[in-house]
Amino acid sequence: MSAIVLAQAAAESGLTDKGIAALTYGLGAIGPGIGIGYLVGQSVQAMARQPESAGMVRTTMFLGIAFVEALALIGFVVFFLAQ
Amino acid sequence: MFATEFPPLSHIVNWPGFAGTEGEWYEFNKIVLVYVFAILMIGAFFFFGSRKKALVPKGTQNLAEMAVDFIEEGIVMDTMGEPGKKYSPFLLSLFLFVWFTNIFGIIPVIQMPASARIALPMFLALLAYFVYHISGMIEHGPLKYFKHALVPPGVPAALLLLVVPIEFISKFLVQPFSHTVRLFANMLAGHILLVTFGVLTAALIGTGVLATFVGVLPLIALIFFTLFEVLVAFLQAYVFTLLTGVYINAAISHDH
Repeated sequence: MSAIVLAQAAAESGLTDKGIAALTYGLGAIGPGIGIGYLVGQSVQAMARQPESAGMVRTTMFLGIAFVEALALIGFVVFFLAQ
Repeated sequence: MFATEFPPLSHIVNWPGFAGTEGEWYEFNKIVLVYVFAILMIGAFFFFGSRKKALVPKGTQNLAEMAVDFIEEGIVMDTMGEPGKKYSPFLLSLFLFVWFTNIFGIIPVIQMPASARIALPMFLALLAYFVYHISGMIEHGPLKYFKHALVPPGVPAALLLLVVPIEFISKFLVQPFSHTVRLFANMLAGHILLVTFGVLTAALIGTGVLATFVGVLPLIALIFFTLFEVLVAFLQAYVFTLLTGVYINAAISHDH
């Protein structure tokens, strides 16, 4: 429903589908951006506190990044589908 | 502002075939060339790495042992532990194949990561999908495996109505999709990034004194992002293999 409203508003304002797609991707990247920042920050802290567990923390960190990043990447794909 | 248009997406990821019939499955284009190169590179790597089998490894043998060690210690032992050792040949070939097809994104003349076309990531993710579900079924038996996969231990019976469909969607539908998209979108994004700065540099440099001066900036960015892509190519291959390991572990592990 809100997509229709957005599309109507866009048609009136002259904003194109491409513009909306880009804007939506930008919005969709905020969450994963915060997530990855927090995740890596906490991992660095853990590694600094216990350097001997750095290997394990690093593996888990990459795993976490992979899951969080998927959201941003789905947004990226949707950007191309929506154009 | 710039006298250039960004090329449409189909121009930077579709390649004309140079052998075979167009549109047929045996059409041979740049992407297929990258696959062939990657396979030949892996073959040559292990052929030369295992030719002498010296006690103190050096040269190619050293590299090959490092690769095996990296997969066994860094991925298999971290995600699955001892029972996962039998999957390390699969994970090693998966890792090297993804890495080599990724790295062609920055190798001059070719400059096209084969994994930026969804066919390859989708095929590899489906391969992994069948490997982990089938090894889970072998480990637990077909019916018990579905119970193991869909019913988490310690959930009250009333919640199962909600939990089982969610687990089914996430494990059997979303998991292979996100596994595919993660590799595909990362490599496509990197490729587009390089094309953007390449187009910008080509449009600016040599069109005037001021434009050439400004054009140095995207050139620096292009060099920087090319180096960044080296890292991304490795990291995505690592993440793809790591996730395959995690999924295999989830399928074959026993509840405690």
